[in-house]
Amino acid sequence: MKVLVKSGRVVDPANNIDEKLDILIEDGKIAELAANIDAGDAEIINAAGTIVTPGLIDMHVHLREPGLEYKEDIVSGTAAAAAGGVTSVACMPNTCPPIDNLPLAQFVINKARYEGSANVFPIGAISQGQKGEILTEMGELLEGGCVGFSDDGGPVKNGEMMRRALEYANTFGAPIISHAEDLSLVAGGAMNEGAVATELGLKGIPNAAEDAMASRDIMLAELTGAHLHLAHVSTRGSLELIRQAKSRGVRVTCEVTPHHFSLTEEAVRGYDTNAKMNPPLRTQDDVDAVRAALADGTVDAIATDHAPHHVDDKNVEFAVAANGIVGLETLLPLTLKLVADKVISLPQAISLMSCNPAKILNIDRGTLSIGAIADITLINPNKEWLVEAEALRSKSKNSYFIGQTLRGCAIKTLRAGKVVFSRD
Amino acid sequence: MADDVIEILDTTGIQRALTRIAHEILERNRGTDDLLLVGIRTGGIYIANALQKKIAEIEGQTVPVGTVDITMYRDDLGSRANLSVGKTDIPFKLSGKQVVLVDDVLFTGRTIRAAMDALVDFGRPLTIQLAILVDRGHRELPIRPDFVGRNLPTSRSEQIEVEFDDEKIPQSVTLHK
Amino acid sequence: MNFPHKNIIGIKEMTAEEINFILDSAESFKEINRRDIKKVPTLRGKTIINLFFEASTRTRTSFEIAGKRMSADTINISASGSSVAKGETLEDTAKNIEAMNADAIVMRHSASGACEYLAKRLDCAIVNAGDGMHEHPSQALLDAFTIREHKGKIEGLTVAIIGDITHSRVVRSNIYCLSKLGAKVRVAGPGTMLPPGIDKLGCEAYTNIDEAIKGSDVVMMLRIQRERQGAPLIPSVREYCKFFSLTEERLKLAKEDAIVMHPGPINRGVELPTSIADGPQNVILDQVENGVAVRMALLYLACGGEKLQD
Repeated sequence: MKVLVKSGRVVDPANNIDEKLDILIEDGKIAELAANIDAGDAEIINAAGTIVTPGLIDMHVHLREPGLEYKEDIVSGTAAAAAGGVTSVACMPNTCPPIDNLPLAQFVINKARYEGSANVFPIGAISQGQKGEILTEMGELLEGGCVGFSDDGGPVKNGEMMRRALEYANTFGAPIISHAEDLSLVAGGAMNEGAVATELGLKGIPNAAEDAMASRDIMLAELTGAHLHLAHVSTRGSLELIRQAKSRGVRVTCEVTPHHFSLTEEAVRGYDTNAKMNPPLRTQDDVDAVRAALADGTVDAIATDHAPHHVDDKNVEFAVAANGIVGLETLLPLTLKLVADKVISLPQAISLMSCNPAKILNIDRGTLSIGAIADITLINPNKEWLVEAEALRSKSKNSYFIGQTLRGCAIKTLRAGKVVFSRD
Repeated sequence: MADDVIEILDTTGIQRALTRIAHEILERNRGTDDLLLVGIRTGGIYIANALQKKIAEIEGQTVPVGTVDITMYRDDLGSRANLSVGKTDIPFKLSGKQVVLVDDVLFTGRTIRAAMDALVDFGRPLTIQLAILVDRGHRELPIRPDFVGRNLPTSRSEQIEVEFDDEKIPQSVTLHK
Repeated sequence: MNFPHKNIIGIKEMTAEEINFILDSAESFKEINRRDIKKVPTLRGKTIINLFFEASTRTRTSFEIAGKRMSADTINISASGSSVAKGETLEDTAKNIEAMNADAIVMRHSASGACEYLAKRLDCAIVNAGDGMHEHPSQALLDAFTIREHKGKIEGLTVAIIGDITHSRVVRSNIYCLSKLGAKVRVAGPGTMLPPGIDKLGCEAYTNIDEAIKGSDVVMMLRIQRERQGAPLIPSVREYCKFFSLTEERLKLAKEDAIVMHPGPINRGVELPTSIADGPQNVILDQVENGVAVRMALLYLACGGEKLQD
């Protein structure tokens, strides 16, 4: 079975490729990259006018299965991924029950393999039941297919627990992904602390709640020599801490989300619960800092923190609404906006969504090297489209961007050489 | 437009009419004992003040004047054209008094109905009488004035305007077709 | 004037002209409250529901009397807890009430934004009787009315508001209301009770209450919630009183003819001593009386006239 992706602008940052090439796929793997390949009987995919990239990787997704299937499940979540040009997702373990044991991790992997539209790499829980008390069986979880560990949804409150988690995960070479949040400083806050929160009468969350915990975790990474990955970094302070740590040689990586580089706390006005996230949308100053950190390479990955919530969890008073928005299907246009705004180059943007997260999670994806699995995304960077709730593949429609016209989208998504998503 | 405006009463005509009404009020009530005037906001207040002056000229007695705002007694709150409410000011007891309600123009009678409802909230007057500068007809309620400056048959589409000067003294009554 | 708001959510959305219109209307309604027969038929046949998710005696009674004096049928519903705890969403609770053809819902709720939330989902008028830490428009309007009554004007006055600024919806509405009407507003309290960015709402913030009171025409003391004691906000009521309660000495820093206000209920001996609470400068009961008139004006404006798209 041969497929020829013809005449696209191939951007493969891992191999420093950015030119018009054909890609020949044989048996689900990249067989050849060259100009004007003549492959005879191959199925032809005309990629003229499109950008052809490694299948995108979103390293921070909540698929909600098992237990919270009314919000999302593996089938709908991976369909949303494919529609967003994402071929691989790392899913967070805060399901119900949490993914803290091998059978559960394998359930997720197998379900995705046979019914999903994207590859799913589970992130295992750091602690059993995500209770912050006893480590999970990380070695076995890694053998079974997990690619990292996190108690995402909440922080690891106890400092020693975090230290030991870093040390133990490092034994097997796996990263600890930190949801850096000092809950005692959050103290019931519902949005970013500042003038807008004061005006709306909502309890604020100071940047310090994130900075303090990020700081502790960086110190622990430095202490242990282990790989710490900071999830959804949203503040100027945390980014500065990461920048300094990296310059000291600490093994710290980080990701930012599209909503944290696209929106500010102003979005909360009108008590729009689709602007309620954790960490909260911050100030313009923080958005500027996130963009600067993307530009200077402090940020390693863009991840959506895709957090589907049923309308019943969002259609309530702001203070009690669930945190988070769906992000898989708006990842590309929001990231391409950074390119249009000249914050980062196109190859930079693609690496933040492909080879970089692949490296962090140590997975064999995110490149178009010969012999690599043919996960490929075809992008039309200029297509304008209206974000409509009904059109989203995700079960949940909690997107702040509904009703907005965005620019750029995936027009074909190939998983191991097979088209899993296509649009005109 | 000038063709469509007809003057019904000029300043002199108004003064004559008010003098006559003042005499009629005094005659009917046998003087000023227990007599009170209540003007309906806003034109009625000015006419009531003018009548107070006339009565003082004739009898040498100053009759108390109150004002009533009928907004809160209207039967057409549904049409939100103007939600302004004015102040009612009746700083005296109405029970046992001869109350003359005063307005500038009498039309459907609905305003008078509302004003009477307002008055009875202040007590139980011996009588309520109605003094009007111009009665233009088209009553929708069984209301009849006791004292009228001028009866003027009109069509529904026409408008009657009473103009006052800066001191709120009535200057003219005009009919607008 | 044509008042354009069907819903009374906050003072922030109102213009100075609209605020003055409400205050002027309230003058007319105040007269009714002093009659022997304190009732007009204005809202006859209208149904007003007081939907209170937080305990309240004063505000609820005031709205109830306001409705009744205009002949509306007013019904009180005391609900408790957030929608989540109760098992019924706020939207469902309110829509059930609306389905009984209520003309207006007067709501108090612990969640900021709860009134705006309902206003977006319901057709009947929503009147905010206090939402979380957001706004309490009727309180600010009755305060402005009382100040205007005593001072003859609001423009050019200096108003000092003292207490727990962070958790006070009264403060926020008052800052908007008074600053729109041309007054200078100062707020003061311990640093733990001054929220960041409060000055951006239109006031000056002080941690020294003497400085805030100095030369002011109005001193407004806020109720201190005893629950805050011992929480990280204040060490004790005793210490709070020492630095942040109004004393006769401190009151002397204000203008000689300054008035003292309090939204109630007063903690005697905490925010202010009995000698001031009952003293010649206090206008606290005037605030309560005026509250009924102001709320009559608000209900009249909310229920009067055809349905507006607000």
